[in-house]
Amino acid sequence: MEALELARWQFGITTVYHYFFVPITIGLSLLVAILQTAWMRTRNPEWLRLAKFFGKLFTINFALGLVTGIVQEFQFGMNWSDYSRFVGDIFGAPLAIEALLAFFLESTFLGLWIFGWGRIPEKLHAACMWVIHIGTVLSAYFILAANSFMQHPVGYFNNPETGRAELIDFWAVLTNPVQLVTFPHVLTAAWMTGGGFMLAIALWHVWRSRTPKSEQPMYRKAAAIGAIAVLLGGLGTIVTGDIQGKIMTEVQPMKMAAAEGLYDSVPEGEGAPFSIITVGTLDGTEEVWAVTVPKLLSYLSTGTFDGAVEGINDLNAEYQLTYSGEELTAMDDYRPIIPVTYWTFRLMMGFGFAAMVIAALALLWLWKGKEMNHRFWYWSAIGVMFLPLIANSWGWIFTEMGRQPWLVFGLMTTQTGVSPGTTTAEVFTTMALFTLLYGVLAVIEVGLIIKYTREGAPEYDGESLDPDDRAEDQPFVFTY
Amino acid sequence: MELSTIWFILIAVLWIGYFVLEGFDFGVGALFPVLGRGDEKLDGETRKRVMLSTIGPFWDGNEVWLITAGGAMFAAFPHWYATLFSGFYMPLFVILVALIVRALGFDYRGKVDSDVWRRRWNWCIFLGSVVPSVLWGVAFTNIVMGVPIDADMEYTGGFFNLLNPLALLGGIVFLGVFVTHGAMFLALKTDGPIRHEARALAVRVGGVSAVLAVVWLAAIHLDTGTALSWSAAGLAAVALLGSLAMARKGSEGWAFTGTFVAIALTVASLFLALFPDVMPSSTDPAFNLTVTNAASTDYTLTIMTWVAVLFVPIVLLYTSFTYWTFRKRVSGHHIPQADTAEDLSVGSPGQS
Repeated sequence: MEALELARWQFGITTVYHYFFVPITIGLSLLVAILQTAWMRTRNPEWLRLAKFFGKLFTINFALGLVTGIVQEFQFGMNWSDYSRFVGDIFGAPLAIEALLAFFLESTFLGLWIFGWGRIPEKLHAACMWVIHIGTVLSAYFILAANSFMQHPVGYFNNPETGRAELIDFWAVLTNPVQLVTFPHVLTAAWMTGGGFMLAIALWHVWRSRTPKSEQPMYRKAAAIGAIAVLLGGLGTIVTGDIQGKIMTEVQPMKMAAAEGLYDSVPEGEGAPFSIITVGTLDGTEEVWAVTVPKLLSYLSTGTFDGAVEGINDLNAEYQLTYSGEELTAMDDYRPIIPVTYWTFRLMMGFGFAAMVIAALALLWLWKGKEMNHRFWYWSAIGVMFLPLIANSWGWIFTEMGRQPWLVFGLMTTQTGVSPGTTTAEVFTTMALFTLLYGVLAVIEVGLIIKYTREGAPEYDGESLDPDDRAEDQPFVFTY
Repeated sequence: MELSTIWFILIAVLWIGYFVLEGFDFGVGALFPVLGRGDEKLDGETRKRVMLSTIGPFWDGNEVWLITAGGAMFAAFPHWYATLFSGFYMPLFVILVALIVRALGFDYRGKVDSDVWRRRWNWCIFLGSVVPSVLWGVAFTNIVMGVPIDADMEYTGGFFNLLNPLALLGGIVFLGVFVTHGAMFLALKTDGPIRHEARALAVRVGGVSAVLAVVWLAAIHLDTGTALSWSAAGLAAVALLGSLAMARKGSEGWAFTGTFVAIALTVASLFLALFPDVMPSSTDPAFNLTVTNAASTDYTLTIMTWVAVLFVPIVLLYTSFTYWTFRKRVSGHHIPQADTAEDLSVGSPGQS
């Protein structure tokens, strides 16, 4: 393999890994903030215990999300320096703003939250977690604005003199139509993932016979909140995903065609079918066998049942005419890897729907107050922990792989963005070591999550958390 | 003033912020095996936890200065970012790994009650603090002194090219000064035996570091210095010596301020020596990356300037609030004396 392929693998591995922690962090910070606010309002100790319990799990997750995030920022310069030179004028700004607006908020207020129990006024302490959540949301906004530019460049001027894309309208970059649907899609998916995390852990305690009976109502409440988050988040994800499909058809028709395995264009009036399953030839030029729903694809992509939808082969021919003349855009073939695009799209939706089904069933059982000690709930807990997470990963792999061979759609192919100076050996070494390190860290992280899940919510001993009531020399209430 | 010059200054400020702040938490981490020694069952563990508690609320925010400096370089000087990050590939990789294991060390070492577990994370915290300190010194010496860069702005040297004697001296100086800075911070923020040991150690390490720093700074500024950069370097030396004198006198607040100012002025002197280049080429001065040829467009810089003007004060405000909130000294009795990890995590027993 060459440095290019290895750099792509390295980016893929580190991004997908980083993205295991991001949606949990976004979703869980909201849920912990809600739990802590509920304690402030009701003084019901259960809420405080749950806030501390999930807060602890949150910090374990946050740590890995943060450190793997630094790797992502460095990656652009280390492995993709030509890309950084080409789009730095545009792409760097949201990244820098993300750090200034979001990362400082998250990190500083998390420090305050962890060490602030009993040291700062209660209301301020609860507000810290809300601030952390706002930080994560802002962070998502700016990084997705940068990503949306890669999907659909706007607000720029391709300057032939400097050989780079230059910013002419920052507002356009922040309100890119792709960004306006991607941001809510990712945000709702993150809430769904945080909800899945909470539902899973609470459900496991509800299922487990060793968890004291007296604790059951508390965990059932937590499970219900988690389930509602999965369902609301899931609903939002579906609605935004649907709008996203239409915008994608407009700005990245190749990605949509590949996602659907639609090889030949369907003209206006006929109505393109939605593929439930399509098997194509290995070189990705022809359909061999397919099960389809008539006209549904036209509806999903254009909003009418007989709208025109472009196919892979026609688009490829069209792109060859348009883009083959310039060094940064010339390719023999403008098709993404069709099976990857096709299947990741379906796996994303399938895993997401499965999580919603589990959440709906759990909510129904919780609402009716039924026993949940059947083995089914054990597997449901495990499922709902991972399903939204993996759906998120498939979604990103679809978005990024479906954009190929472009790094910035229509402006720069992936092969022209890689760092020219790095050697295969260097990229291989760092990729192998990152993978190894990330693997070890995953084992540690899962181990810690299991350990703290087993321990359950900490006891409430009635002590005051108001700094006015506490002596100056009190030990820390909550430390690492 | 040109916008690109303003951004050169802002990036210098971000790196200064990073080194004056993360400098002390690097120092505390590097001192883990020295000031945190002792019988693990008795005071060794308590000492380490006192040390951790002094930087616990801050280190994470300190690290964001690095992320912001990196992001700002990307946005304001894409060519600088691209040449530096792809050129210093392996050192940056090592720094990343070190920062990862260090951060997890802080967060995870108290989460399982096992000596083996804690000992491993202790190593991560120690190495994760020492290695980046040294490598940042190596990197910044090389940036100022110049490295092989070709006409396409690409770094053409290898990994070992970066490990020249002056750069290695720079690494040792960074480590020495950060250890001094960290010891001053511990003297200021703790009580009991650690406080006195830290102060004595700061004076000793600081003295050696001061001598090395003078040699290193002189070598750099003899080569590329200007009147301004010489003045900053000279004042840095004065601040460091003043800090040591204050520490001997027992004025811990002034002593810490002294190392703070010394580091700020040292980094400032490096950037002053660099200007108007951002990465000089040792191959041919015609290939130098400068504030002009490496910069983004004025439009991007204008937007970034507005964002910085509006938000940097807010960041400084709430950062100061955190330091004010945790302004009290930490000592052994603040640490929950728990037998198990569960007790550590929620801290209910041992509070009577």
